[in-house]
Amino acid sequence: MQENGIGASVRRKEDQRFLLGKGRYTDDINVAGQTYAVFVRSPHAHAVIEGIDARAAAAAPGVVAVLTGEDLAADGIGPLICGVVVTSDDGEPHRAPAHPALAQGKVNYVGDHVAVVIAETLAQARDAAELVEVNYRPLPAVASTADAASDGRQQIHQEAPNNICFNWPFGDKAANDEAFDSAHKVSSIELVNNRMVTNPMEPRAALGEYNSGTEEITLHMTTQNPHVHRLVLAAFNQLAPEHKLRVVGPDVGGGFGAKIFVYAEELVVGWACRKVNRPVKWTADRTEAFMSDAHGRDHVTKAEMALDENSKFLAMRVHTTANLGAYLSTFATMVPSYLYAFLFAGQYATPLIYSEVKAVFTNTAPVDASRGAGRPEATYLLERLVDVCAADMELDPAEIRRRNFIPKDAFPYQTPVVQCYDSGDYEAALDKAMELADYSGFEARAAEAKNRGKLRGIGFSSYVEACGIAPSAAVGQLGGGVGLWESAQVRFNPTGNVQVFTGTHSHGQGHETTFAQLVCDQLGVPFENIEVIHGDTAKTQFGMGTYGSRSLAVGGVAIAKACDKLIAKGKKIAAHAMEAAEGDIEFTDGNYTVAGTDKAMNIAEVAFNAYVPHSYPEGVEPGFDENAFFDPMNFSFPAGTHICEVEVDPATGEVEIVDYTAVDDFGKLVNPMIVEGQVHGGIVHGIGQALLEGCHYDENGQLVTASYMDYAMPRADNAPDFRIDYAPTDPPHNPLGVKGCGEAGAIGAPPAVINAIANAIGAKHVEMPATPETVWRACQSAV
Amino acid sequence: MSTINLAVNGQSVSGEVEPRTLLVEFLREQLRLTGTHVGCDTSQCGACVVMVDGKSVKSCTMLAVMADGCDVTTIEGLAEGTELHPMQQAFMDNHGLQCGFCTPGMVMSGLDIVNRHGNELDADTVRRELNGNICRCTGYQNIVKAIRAGARAMGD
Amino acid sequence: MYEFSYHRPASVAEAAELIANAADGKLVAGGQTLLPTMKHRLASPSDVIDLGGIAEMSGIVVNGNIVTVGAMTTHAEVAASSEIREAIPALAALAGNIGDPAVRNRGTLGGSIANNDPAADYPAAVIALGATVRTNRREIAGEDFFTAMFETALEEDEIIVAVDFPRPDAASYMKFENPASRYAIVGVFVARTAAGPRAAVTGATACAHRAWRLEEALQADFSASALDDFEAPVDKMNADIHAGAEYRAHLVKVMAQRAVAACA
Repeated sequence: MQENGIGASVRRKEDQRFLLGKGRYTDDINVAGQTYAVFVRSPHAHAVIEGIDARAAAAAPGVVAVLTGEDLAADGIGPLICGVVVTSDDGEPHRAPAHPALAQGKVNYVGDHVAVVIAETLAQARDAAELVEVNYRPLPAVASTADAASDGRQQIHQEAPNNICFNWPFGDKAANDEAFDSAHKVSSIELVNNRMVTNPMEPRAALGEYNSGTEEITLHMTTQNPHVHRLVLAAFNQLAPEHKLRVVGPDVGGGFGAKIFVYAEELVVGWACRKVNRPVKWTADRTEAFMSDAHGRDHVTKAEMALDENSKFLAMRVHTTANLGAYLSTFATMVPSYLYAFLFAGQYATPLIYSEVKAVFTNTAPVDASRGAGRPEATYLLERLVDVCAADMELDPAEIRRRNFIPKDAFPYQTPVVQCYDSGDYEAALDKAMELADYSGFEARAAEAKNRGKLRGIGFSSYVEACGIAPSAAVGQLGGGVGLWESAQVRFNPTGNVQVFTGTHSHGQGHETTFAQLVCDQLGVPFENIEVIHGDTAKTQFGMGTYGSRSLAVGGVAIAKACDKLIAKGKKIAAHAMEAAEGDIEFTDGNYTVAGTDKAMNIAEVAFNAYVPHSYPEGVEPGFDENAFFDPMNFSFPAGTHICEVEVDPATGEVEIVDYTAVDDFGKLVNPMIVEGQVHGGIVHGIGQALLEGCHYDENGQLVTASYMDYAMPRADNAPDFRIDYAPTDPPHNPLGVKGCGEAGAIGAPPAVINAIANAIGAKHVEMPATPETVWRACQSAV
Repeated sequence: MSTINLAVNGQSVSGEVEPRTLLVEFLREQLRLTGTHVGCDTSQCGACVVMVDGKSVKSCTMLAVMADGCDVTTIEGLAEGTELHPMQQAFMDNHGLQCGFCTPGMVMSGLDIVNRHGNELDADTVRRELNGNICRCTGYQNIVKAIRAGARAMGD
Repeated sequence: MYEFSYHRPASVAEAAELIANAADGKLVAGGQTLLPTMKHRLASPSDVIDLGGIAEMSGIVVNGNIVTVGAMTTHAEVAASSEIREAIPALAALAGNIGDPAVRNRGTLGGSIANNDPAADYPAAVIALGATVRTNRREIAGEDFFTAMFETALEEDEIIVAVDFPRPDAASYMKFENPASRYAIVGVFVARTAAGPRAAVTGATACAHRAWRLEEALQADFSASALDDFEAPVDKMNADIHAGAEYRAHLVKVMAQRAVAACA
C-alpha cells in the first residue's frame, strides 16, 4: 500500500499548470503564419441554396480563400458519418441521409455550415464572411419532436419518408400486453425529456497544420478521443491516410460528450490547411457552440407500469419519440436505442419490458450523446413512473422501490433488456441515503416550512447506469463500427521514472493523477516519478478515448495489465541479477526480493538493468516498457439512491433545493476527492436539466436559446452543499473492482428533483425544466 | 491603430491595437498570456475575468484601449515562480477545479470577493458573488470551499 | 466588431463636440451592453466616444435630501457607497444586484438608463424615486425619461451628466430574476414619500413605467394587503420563453407586495 496509491485523496498533478494559467488549450496554441477560419452559417432552418456568390468576400482585405461544399466535394472529402446501425422495424437499417461538412444545395438547420472564409486575421475573416452572398429559397421547417413524423409535415430528407430515421420496437409485445391486460393496476405518465446543450466551458476549436514535405496534417482540436477522430477522418472523410494524420487533444476544457463527435468544422479546418497550405485556426464563439454543437436528450415519452395488488411491477411499456436533429451525428442512433431501452429495468425486478422508439429528423442541430446519454432519459421516465405508481397504490415512494428492488443476492442479474448487472445492493444505498437525509424528520421540516409559507417536498431517485463502455463483442452485435477496448503503455525510463501512455483522454477527470495512483500502487514507484501522457496520436498507442464513464473501468485496467507484464518481466531480470530462481522472486511495494533471504532490488534498478543489459538473463528482451489492451467482459453498473429536498414558493413558483443526498455504488474508489468532485458536477448538471436548462427552437426552427442570456446554466447559487456517501459493492467482472462515476449525478438528479417538486406541490407531474412559471402553473392546477 | 501603455502583472507593456481589439484579445494574442480564457460572448461565463486597477472586470467586455494607463493583473501574475498564491493553493487543496478552463476567472473573482468582503466568508456570500462565473465541471461546492479557504489563508 | 474610431475626451464639452461631429457616433460608458452588442455586429458606430476619462461625470454627493449620482458612477460604487446606503438603501441594494460583480465594476448608472433595456433595474428606481436626469443641456423628470423600449427622451448627442435622487421616507426594490441573464423578469420599485406612495415597474412591459394603479391602491393604506385585489393588465405584459404574460402580471403583484412589505 502506497501513501499516494489507490484510495488516497491525492492532490491533482494537473492543477499546478491550470492554476498558473499555463494550461494549453487548443486556442492557446499559435503557430507562425496561421490564418483564421470563420464559417458562413445558415440563418434558415430549412432552405434550398440557389447560389453562392463569394466574389466580394474573396476580394476583401486579408482573405486567403473562400471555400464551399463544391470545393469539398471536388476534393473527395466524404460526408460526416454515423457509426452505429439501428435496424428499423421494416428490417432495413436506419435512414442515414448524407451529411456534407459544407452544405451541398440545401441547408437543414440554423447554423448549418455553408462556406468557410479563411483570412489573415480573425477580424478580417469575420468581415469577409458577411460579404458571402448566399441565395436561399426558404422551405417550411419541422421543429417539434412530437409531431415531426405526423402526416403532412414538410419532408426534410428524401431518404427518410415521414422524417423517420428508425422505428425500433424492443421486447416481447404479446407477453407484455397480456401482463397489462391482467394487471391489478396500470400507472402511466407522459413526459418530455428536455433538450439540452452540453456546454463544456471551452468552446470547440481546431488548429490545422499541413507539412507539404511530409504530407502530414496535424490537427490540434478539442477532442475526447483523438484516435477515434483520426480513424473516422481518415477512413470515412478521406482527410488523409491514418498514418499521415496526427490528431492532438491538448488540454481540453470539458467535454461531457460534446467533443466525442466528428464535426464539420474540425474536418474543414484539416482539409483547408492543406488546400491553402497555411495553418488554419478556428475557435467557436458561444453562439456558434449553441448552434452547432450536438445537443442532447429531446424525447417525448409515454410510459406505463402494470402492477399487482402488492405493488409489484409486472410489466412496463414505453413509447418514445426521439429527436435526432437535421442529420445524424457520429453516435446519434445509439443514444435513444441501446443506451436507453437497455436501462429500463433500472433497479427493479420487472419481468417484462417492451418499448418502441421512433427516431425522427427535424430542422434542428444534430442530437447525440450528452453526459449520461440515454441513461438519464431512461432513469427519468422510470423514476417518475415509479413515483406515480407509489401515488396510485398509496405507498411511500421508498417502500415501493424497496418492494421491487432486485435483491442483493440475485447478482449477477440478467434483466429482461439485454444487460446483465454485475453487482449491487440497492437497499443498502437506499437505507443509507434515507438515514443521511433524515427521511423520518421530513414531516417536521415540511411543517416548519409551511409556517414560512413554503411547500417542502422530498424526492427519491434510485438509478442504475451502464458504463465502462464497452465489451467489443456486444458493440459489434449491436451494429457498432468499433471495438471499445482500451490500451495502455507503461514505460520505465532508464533513470527509473515512469511514463504511462493511455488511450483515454482527460478533460477534467484527473487521469494524470488517478492513473499515476494506480501505477504508484502497483509498481511502488514514487507518485512524483510517474507521468501520464494522453491525447496525442503521435505519442500514444491507439486508444478509444473518454466517454461513458469508461476511463478507469476500462483504461485503468489496461494500465494495470501493462504493469503486471512489467512486474513479470522484472522477475526474470531480478532473478538473474540476484542469482536466484525466478520462482523464488517476490514483488512488493516496488521491491523484488528473494524469498527467505534479505536480498532485494528496487524496480528502478531492474529497469536500469533492462536498458543496460550487460549482465542479463538469456532470452529476455532488453527494455522495460510494456503494452496492454483490455476489452471488458461486461459493462459496469454503478447505482445509487439520490434524495432531494426542495422548498417551493407557491407565490412565484420558485424552487430552492435545500438539501441533497447521494449515496452511490462506484465499487472501489481510487481517489475519493476526485470521485466526489465528479459526483458534485454530475448532480449540478442534473439539477440544471431539472430546473434551468432547456434548448428552445421556435416553430420556424429559429434557435431562441443561443446564448447564456437565454439558456440558463446552473450557477453557484442554484444549489446547496451536498451530502455524499457510498454503498460500494464489488463488481466481479472488473479486475480493479471499479465502476464509473462521471455521469451518475446527471443521471440520478433530474428525477430526484422533479419527484421532490411533485411531492411538494401535490402534482402528478411537472415538466423539465421546472422553471418558476411551470411550477407556479402546476401549483395553480394542483390547488 | 492606437498605442496603449499599461502595466500587466507588474510589468510595463505597450502595444499597437485596433480600437476594436478587446482587452482579452490583447492579453491572449499580443502578450500571449493565454491563461485568461473566453467562454462566451455575452459577458456571463467569467472565464475572462482579470483585475484592472484592483477590480475584477470581464476582459471580453472591455476594449484594450480602455485599459490604457491601467494596472492589469491576470492569472499569470499571482504566483511567485512556482509557489502558488494562497487562493490558487486553496483551489488545489480543495479540488476546486476539474478541466481548468473556468479556473483563472474563478480565482480572480475569488480575489475580488476577498477584497470586498474580507477573509471570513460564509458560503452563501461566495455563492451569490460567484454569479458571474460559470463552471460546468465542479458543481461549485469545492470552488466555494476553495474560495473560503483561500480567503482565510490570505488573512493569515 | 466592425472597425470604428475611438475617442476618450476629458470633459463633457469635449465629448459633446466629438459626438456632434461624428458621422454615426456612439457614447460608451461602462460598455457592458454596447460592447456585447458591437461584438455581435448588431451596432456599427463610426466613432466610439468613451466617457470613462471624464472626472466630472463620476461620483456621489448628498446635499440635503438630494442624492446626486454622476452618470459614470459604477454600480459597484453605488452599491458600496455609505452615503447611499444611509440615504436610500434600496438604491444601493438595487445597484448591488445588477448583473454580477465584474459587470458592476464597469457598468454605470448613465449607461444603464441611456440604454433603457426593458429589463434593466435602474429605470425603476429613477421613476419611482421621482429622480431628475441632468444632461449637458437640461433636466428631465425621471418619469418622462423612459419613452419606449430602448428609447429615451434624450435628444441626439445629448449626454447624461448625473441623476438627482430625492431621499424617500422608505423604499424597496424587488426583482424577480431571469435565471439565465439575471435581468429582471419583473422588478417593482416602491417608495413612500412625503408626497405619497410612488411605484415603478420594469421588466414586465416594453418599457419601465410609473405604476399609477399601484400608487392609487397604496394611497390610503401603504401595506401589502392593500394590493390584495390588484391585478396588472395581462395584455400589456411581455411574454417570452422565460415568462408568459399572465405569469408576469401575477409577478408584478407579488413583487409589489413584497416591496411594500419590505418598506415597513
